[in-house]
Amino acid sequence: MGGYVLKRIGLAIPTLFVVSVGIFLMVRLLPGDIIDILFGGDQTASEEVKAQAREQLGLNGSYPAQYWRWISGIFQGDFGFSLRNTEPVSNIVLKSLYVTLELVLLALLIAVVVGVPLGVISAVKRDSAADYVARIGGLVGLSIPSFWLATLLLLFTSRVLGWVPPLIYISPFHDPIGNLSQFILPSISISVFTMAIVMRMVRATMLEVLGQDYVRTARAKGVNRRTVISKHALRNALIPVVTIVGFEVGVLIGGAAIVEIIFGLPGVGYTLLQAIFGRDYPVIQAMTLMIAFVFIFANLLVDLLYGVLDPRIVQE
Amino acid sequence: MSPRRRAPAPVFATEAVGDPATAWGALPRRRLASLGKWRNPIGLVGAAIIVFNVLVALFGSLAWRADPNELVGLRFEPLSWAHPMGTDEIGRDTLARVIHGAQVSLQVGAISVSIAFVGGVVFGMLAGYYKGIVDTLLMRIVDIMFSLPGIVLAIVIAGLLGPNRRNAMIAIGIVILPAFARVVRGAVLEVMGYPYTESARALGAGGWRIMLRHVIPNIGAPLLVLVTVYLSVAILAEAALSFLGLGTQPPEASWGGMLSTGRTYIDITPWLSIFPGAAIMIVVLGFNLLGDGLRDILDPRLGPHVGDVPVKK
Repeated sequence: MGGYVLKRIGLAIPTLFVVSVGIFLMVRLLPGDIIDILFGGDQTASEEVKAQAREQLGLNGSYPAQYWRWISGIFQGDFGFSLRNTEPVSNIVLKSLYVTLELVLLALLIAVVVGVPLGVISAVKRDSAADYVARIGGLVGLSIPSFWLATLLLLFTSRVLGWVPPLIYISPFHDPIGNLSQFILPSISISVFTMAIVMRMVRATMLEVLGQDYVRTARAKGVNRRTVISKHALRNALIPVVTIVGFEVGVLIGGAAIVEIIFGLPGVGYTLLQAIFGRDYPVIQAMTLMIAFVFIFANLLVDLLYGVLDPRIVQE
Repeated sequence: MSPRRRAPAPVFATEAVGDPATAWGALPRRRLASLGKWRNPIGLVGAAIIVFNVLVALFGSLAWRADPNELVGLRFEPLSWAHPMGTDEIGRDTLARVIHGAQVSLQVGAISVSIAFVGGVVFGMLAGYYKGIVDTLLMRIVDIMFSLPGIVLAIVIAGLLGPNRRNAMIAIGIVILPAFARVVRGAVLEVMGYPYTESARALGAGGWRIMLRHVIPNIGAPLLVLVTVYLSVAILAEAALSFLGLGTQPPEASWGGMLSTGRTYIDITPWLSIFPGAAIMIVVLGFNLLGDGLRDILDPRLGPHVGDVPVKK
């Protein structure tokens, strides 16, 4: 197991390195000189002022030198400063990451808690009315844009329940109930796509597992139906589902990025968009890297979990 | 000395008999015929939705002659015969704007998937054919792009290029390109190992000939499924980018943009948010249904799920 863990971590580190180079180059190679854009149409800005700005941004010197300055700063917790309000970028990134991670974890929880039972019912009662409702619901869930669902949910709660979630961010450490009431609608909106994926996956794997010999054997030796489904079948059907969760974290971050704006939550999407419109390059760079880091880390965790669930993988 | 001397007949009749190009040409007609059968109603419903959407995009503005940018009524008129979907915040006809949105989404879907398709096929073939350093380099780039959630990458690229529809299409095309590259590369590696490819090479066929005659015909099925699925992804992404203000710019109508302004007036008239959102959902649903149906018919091995989940190696 130890060797497997090390090998997985060993694979994640070069990926992260290559990603950081990719992000570094993307910000620089896309058309438009950062300095020219920052000064806008300001023709009066002298070359000296520009050169000074270049130095402040860490844009002087060769690309390898710039990259080295950037990456070695990150290892010391120094992401540079925002161009807009000179706040340390690390502060901005951490604050927004909190919000988005809470959203993503909540959504993942909802998706699994609702999606898995639906998939099981759909598979066990194959071709029943419940199965068709679940399957059609699954297809609709894959197609409904999260930002539209969020709008509809807001419309529903305000018209029917006469309630609108607070639009100013409440910290979970301040007021956990208020925080939850604020996060529940956006979490539901982004969880529906993942829920549909989980449901379809569980249904497909359950159908496969229910046809296996050991399930028939268990039934034949007199184990009751409920136990066979929950103990023998579901446990094995869930293993492949684990693998998609890592990927879904990425989908959920993407969904969160858009829905945050509707609910006024200061997460990564909200912050990234503001940084993009404000051409705040240090923030864009650091934010993108952190999102990639979270995504790669989530996939690493899933790989490790998969090794625990299915020991055959570790031995390979 | 006749200038029309004919080429000598080939010694081995490989091209005529065992050629997958002709085999592929014969197969899908038979396979696609089963789309029409009752046993695949899912794909049929999806195809119907998409045909309807294409018709609306192409001929909708002829059938409903209101100008999407003209002020034709008061602000926030309710649904009526004159304005079946009401009017928006400055008095433009919502139905005409939804129809224009269908054109926009179809254009974005077609162009960005074309970018991804052409780029993906070229990248995938280079990687699969030359292997070695080219393969490693290209696949590392693909890895980077898979390490960021697609929509986040699209937001960054579209944002840095500058917010307009052309750049949104480029960004979406770039973001979905790796999915095509990966599938093509896998297929090239597989086909290159087949005996008939080796025979073709032994007969003196060059790299491009092998690609065009042997590899491409063999990856038609997965590519078709991929195109269908990623058309829905591209349309959804365009709506999201326009919703965020990074895609189609107002006053031009697009579904995402309409949803974004409609949201502001949701207390006055929910219709402004409901119609464009429903349009996005129906079109995406259509592509998902068609993708599911095609997958069942063309390649059962591709597995049961639609959408964003790449197949793990």
